[in-house]
Amino acid sequence: MKKRVRMIVNGDPVEAEVAPRQHLADFLRETLGLTGTHIGCEHGICGACSVRLDGAVIRGCLIFAVQADGARVETIEGVSDSGEIADLQAAFAARNALQCGYCTPGMLLTAQELLMQNAAPDREAIREYLSGNYCRCTGYQAIIDAVEATAKARREAKQ
Amino acid sequence: MKAAAFDYVRPETLSQALHILAERGDGARILAGGQSLAPALNLRLAMPEVLVDINGLEELRFIAASDDVLRLGALTRHVDLARSEEIAHRCPLLSRAAAQIAHPAIRHRGTLGGSLAQADPAAELPACALALDAVIVASSSGGERRIAARDFFLGLYQTALRPDEVLTSVEISGLGADRIYGFAKLARRQGDFAIIGLALAARRSGRGLVDLRLAFFGVADRPMLALRAAAALEGKPDATQSLREARAALQADLNPVSDLHASAAMRLHLAGVLLERVLAETLEPLR
Repeated sequence: MKKRVRMIVNGDPVEAEVAPRQHLADFLRETLGLTGTHIGCEHGICGACSVRLDGAVIRGCLIFAVQADGARVETIEGVSDSGEIADLQAAFAARNALQCGYCTPGMLLTAQELLMQNAAPDREAIREYLSGNYCRCTGYQAIIDAVEATAKARREAKQ
Repeated sequence: MKAAAFDYVRPETLSQALHILAERGDGARILAGGQSLAPALNLRLAMPEVLVDINGLEELRFIAASDDVLRLGALTRHVDLARSEEIAHRCPLLSRAAAQIAHPAIRHRGTLGGSLAQADPAAELPACALALDAVIVASSSGGERRIAARDFFLGLYQTALRPDEVLTSVEISGLGADRIYGFAKLARRQGDFAIIGLALAARRSGRGLVDLRLAFFGVADRPMLALRAAAALEGKPDATQSLREARAALQADLNPVSDLHASAAMRLHLAGVLLERVLAETLEPLR
């Protein structure tokens, strides 16, 4: 039986009927048309479906939409449109930190979370924080470069 | 894959949850962090009739410390364990172990109670509960039950919990200033389940360790205490002197499994390597 849910998605209130078995990533893509959240493995391994739930990055495939009733959800569309990660996105492009782009929304959200917690992560810390986000194209070096460069640029901008 | 259809209820109190469990019986599954259950649902390895989402039970979300007892609500998330100053101060084993569970996104959702109730033999927190001699508290509509960690883990994903019970909290006692801990885990990639891991809890006595408990994970169908190895080290003025004896004792303590990740012989070897590393690190401050 469908359940009514209300949540705030990228700042806008959303109300919908959902089947309990529909996970949040499918809800965002299919019901709301927010296809920046990607579906990879659907069992919590790959990180392609990463979204923010009440401020923390989680797996969109490991939470059902019905559980997000009352929550605040942010997707790559919201975080991108607000300009919050414009510098990180530019660094990804400059460093060729994406090829097919499938992992990129999850990578960006996870990397941004790290940079919010740690202004000066070393390469090892970046690797560790991104370890749950798989990329099958880049070999990760360019991604680590981009995150490291963004951290450095943000630190310099603050001085 | 997509989960099969299920009904969903989100009780607001423990008594409501217990009532639903009593009513729906075996068809009900408790949903806590969902970081193991949701994959099982998506893969249709689990197909419950109803999910009882306990995330709304605020009464299961607490970290409470008294003189020498730490009480942790079942809904304490891994990220809370890893970040809590109270836990870092009173029981740093849990801080260290939680920080090594999977990845940040998983730690944001996964819960202490969920990890214990799931009883994955390669998971970190069940081994910590065993090393800490923790008491696991479970409630049903019939009342509350306190189960020692050593009686709780019965086999692969098997625990002493009954279908009508909810794991509500975990109690760790004897947390005096003389407590000392060690933890290490071996995995091929950051965040993977352990090929093998070790949680150590003891009290310091001079340059040695007493009340030593060595809980290995990833070696059997449940976390295992290495009793003979611990006995070989217990109370020795300099435990490193007894290391060879302790490593030999692991042969009798552990009967590791072979799987895709490692052979039994490799696991037994790695158990010795971990014991050596964790002991060296644990004893370092006593020198």
